[in-house]
Amino acid sequence: MELVLALAIGIMTSSGVWLLLRPRTYQVIIGLSLLSYAVNLFIFSVGGVKSNAAPLLENGVKTADLADPVPQALVLTAIVIGFATTALFLVVLLAARGLTGTDHVDGREQPK
Amino acid sequence: MILVLLVCLPFLGSLVAIALLKTDSRVLAARLAGAVALAGLLMTAWLYPAVTRGPVRLELEWLPQLGLNFTLRMDGLAWLFSMLITGIGFLVVLYARYYMSEEDPVPRFFSFLLAFMGSMLGIVLSGNIILLSIFWELTSISSFLLISYWHHNAAARDGARMALTVTCIGGFCLLVGLLILGHIVGSYDLDAVLAAGDKIRAHPLYLTTLCLILMGALTKSAQVPFHFWLPNAMAAPTPVSAYLHSATMVKAGVFLLVRLWPALSGTYEWFMLLGLAGISTLLLGAYFAMFQQDLKGLLAYSTISHLGLIMTLLSLGSPVAAVAAIFHMMNHATFKASLFMAAGIIDHETGTRDMRKLSGLFRYLPVTGILAMVASAAMAGVPLLNGFISKEMFFAETVETHADSLLDRLMPYLATLAGAFSVAYSLRFIHVVFFGPPPTELPNPKPHEPPHWMRFPMEFLVVACLVVGIIPGLSIGPFLHTAVVSVLGSQTPEYSLAVWHGINTPLIMSAIALGGGVALYILLKDYLAKCDDGPPLFRHLAGQRIFERVLVTVSWKWARFLESRLGTRSLQPQLRLVVAAGLLAGVVPLAIAGFSSQPMILSTVDPAFAAVWLVGAICAIGAAYQAKYHRLAALVLLSGTGITTCITFVWLSAPDLAITQLLVEIVTTVLILLGLRWLPKRFEKIDNSVAFISRARRLRDFLLAIACGAGMFVFSYAIMKQPVPDAIASYFLENAYSQGGGRNVVNVILVDFRGFDTMGEIVVLGIVALTVFALLRRFRPAPDSIEKPEQQRIQNAFDLERPERSDGETVRDYLLVPSVIMQWMFPVVITLAVYIFLRGHDLPGGGFAAGITMAIAFLLQYLAGGVRWAEDRLRVLPLRWMGVGLLTAVATGVGAWVLDYPFLTSHSRYIDIPLVGKAPLASALLFDLGVFSLVVGSTVLILIALAHQSVRTHRVRAIETPKAEEL
Repeated sequence: MELVLALAIGIMTSSGVWLLLRPRTYQVIIGLSLLSYAVNLFIFSVGGVKSNAAPLLENGVKTADLADPVPQALVLTAIVIGFATTALFLVVLLAARGLTGTDHVDGREQPK
Repeated sequence: MILVLLVCLPFLGSLVAIALLKTDSRVLAARLAGAVALAGLLMTAWLYPAVTRGPVRLELEWLPQLGLNFTLRMDGLAWLFSMLITGIGFLVVLYARYYMSEEDPVPRFFSFLLAFMGSMLGIVLSGNIILLSIFWELTSISSFLLISYWHHNAAARDGARMALTVTCIGGFCLLVGLLILGHIVGSYDLDAVLAAGDKIRAHPLYLTTLCLILMGALTKSAQVPFHFWLPNAMAAPTPVSAYLHSATMVKAGVFLLVRLWPALSGTYEWFMLLGLAGISTLLLGAYFAMFQQDLKGLLAYSTISHLGLIMTLLSLGSPVAAVAAIFHMMNHATFKASLFMAAGIIDHETGTRDMRKLSGLFRYLPVTGILAMVASAAMAGVPLLNGFISKEMFFAETVETHADSLLDRLMPYLATLAGAFSVAYSLRFIHVVFFGPPPTELPNPKPHEPPHWMRFPMEFLVVACLVVGIIPGLSIGPFLHTAVVSVLGSQTPEYSLAVWHGINTPLIMSAIALGGGVALYILLKDYLAKCDDGPPLFRHLAGQRIFERVLVTVSWKWARFLESRLGTRSLQPQLRLVVAAGLLAGVVPLAIAGFSSQPMILSTVDPAFAAVWLVGAICAIGAAYQAKYHRLAALVLLSGTGITTCITFVWLSAPDLAITQLLVEIVTTVLILLGLRWLPKRFEKIDNSVAFISRARRLRDFLLAIACGAGMFVFSYAIMKQPVPDAIASYFLENAYSQGGGRNVVNVILVDFRGFDTMGEIVVLGIVALTVFALLRRFRPAPDSIEKPEQQRIQNAFDLERPERSDGETVRDYLLVPSVIMQWMFPVVITLAVYIFLRGHDLPGGGFAAGITMAIAFLLQYLAGGVRWAEDRLRVLPLRWMGVGLLTAVATGVGAWVLDYPFLTSHSRYIDIPLVGKAPLASALLFDLGVFSLVVGSTVLILIALAHQSVRTHRVRAIETPKAEEL
């Protein structure tokens, strides 16, 4: 379980970082999204990896067996804020593209 | 307490004077300033009996944990200086009352002057060396304001800026020096510092401290090589020059060195550094002064030279020399202030300060002339005047051997030479201005004596020169002694202030200086009457020009060079640095602290989970690979990874996250799809023949990405394999129901335990939505994106070709069946949103998820029918949703205040609802409602703003097209 999750985090980080360093704005936005999946999963996994132990209190369930709710709460807001930043970045990149006529991250094509 | 009043009164007066700026009264501000100065003078005088018994101290705690207290301390030296500051301050105010012209904003002048007076009093009265440094900076700032008082004048601005730059560099060095001094001593208290002289001198950091403190003192007292700011500061109004640049501010440097004399002096380094600076300033200042054509310029260089004299005295390190230094500070202040006032009167009456134009003024200004003659005689060191006595003491000290060296042996000769120069320029000042033929080139041809009260300060000071010069022992003697004892303590030497000591070496030196000076003047007279401003040989080597060149080099050329070498405007190198720094920040601590990787056991891997992530990983890599040329494919692949993440959340006991992730995934995908329309098309074929350099760059990025991924893999695997420590999780799990009244712990944390965080987050969401909205209002697409998309054009062309189809039919009926279903789904999705919201407190769901669901309900209508269709039937008003949401959330929080609980305390209870029965209801639900409403508003606002763009550009085009037809 942990091995797969760790590998997944690693692969998504690699893909994200690679895209982050690319010259096109669209690549960067996709890269940031991938990176935010990786980071969210990472934060989430810090609380331990458990199946069938959702932090819902029911009668007769020992609280010690439940998954850690704190990282979950953190990640939940992170997802929503992640959406907001993606939206903001998308609009900024569209505006930059409209203003400069190029979708290069520097606002101008690199001199050959 | 009276000490605090003494320091604070001028500052208060300064504020009041500023308030007088609106009134037209010219006299009121002057009276106020005069009253403040006089009050200060009287308070100081009143304190004298107490000071003779020992320092008067007052300590108020300020930052005691840093050893920084507001300590004021008045001993004999501080008393003498306070008298000087308030006394001459009063005279200058009186003089300025008549000097300042009608057009000047007088209250501002007096306000700055009072602020300066307060800062200067602060320096001399500080009992804490850090406090001293603070007041030191305040004098720099207020003197900057005073010099630039006539700010319409470029010379005033430049002079002020130069003075500020030089003295502030010095002030900074001083602060560092004082901090080191405090570190050596272990206390910033002045008494402790003064008592620790031997410890300081023996400390390895002594030389550093000394250099830094000397930097402060030498810049402030305009010593070579930092002297050039003082002549440029002469652009200030003359009262300012009389006060700051003769009597007080430039004395701050020498005052500081006298103050720290017990702590720092007496070493060879002290003698060499200070002596070299002092004697060269003495000589060069006097030499430069001879060749000035501007009256104030002459006085400025003479001031520099006299300050050099005081520095030289201090450098000698002998107690008698220190006595002479303190004495000469007083004497110089009296005669130089009166000379500046004389220069001001001459300027005021004749309209010029150029000595080539002035001559024979004695017939117009007899009284002023006599006063100026006495004052310059004191400056030249003529017997029976105060300047003579301190100069004699100086000569006597230079003859003595202090630290045997070439400098020490040369000193008497250099001192005599400087004395001769000083006689020559004093004589020139009087002879050129007051004697000779009547002036012919005066801008103001009828000069006359100024009002009596304008002359009074001069009269007073000149009488003081005479009294001190004739009966020193009876006039200044006791006060000087108190000051000397306060500095030297048990080291206080035997000294005599008598006028006549018999015929001895100093007297012979004085005689040589007097005779030589007169001879020098007679020799140079004709040359000086015609020559340009400035001394020969040095005329073109202006310190000012060097200073400016240095400034340009440092702040422009070097900065440019560094920027061109280190800075970049392109994003990629910056991001590369950020990523590399992040990688290093992770790897370096692990490499230092040691890291044992966890064994990887394959047997625990769940094959189904592994298969899910096989898909997820392929999607992620695919998205990375395709994002450049196949944006839609990349988006689809990205969503694939998103879904995998979502499945992971379900698998690993996080249903709330799964719901939210799924919903956000939908909205994000729609959002990016909307954005795709505005990105450029790409026809480039994948070019395999890229240059070597860009291949190398890609390889580097690839390796960096692999390293980051590998790092995250190892790191997160190690963390997951650690047993989870029993942290705060159990607290939330145990108390969620009893205190928060909810069974879904994640939701309880969000809306109750950490409600304030959530509040911040929804505010961020709202701000982002508004920013997006604002950015898109002025959105201008690139020219190649303005046209309708290619697909629509093909479809429209298809309609046009067939007579049975009307224009736009294909586009309109596009995805007809799904869009009908979407319209039907509207109430269903809304119900789903309500359901998710209501169950949130006990089961997975909640405000965030419900809000996004609701937004999707609206979104579907836009997707199904298009923007216009949807808005004809449905007005969403997202801004209202946002406003209501935020207000609800805040109101819930404030509601707790009404019941005397902290902000956002929630309350829960079971209530009986008819037909439904007992139902739990928490005030947190209301908060969650706010979250819900804001999330709906923000999400919809973002999406609608983007969706509107295609409609809007249509309109722009609709306006532009007829124009094109007309042409």
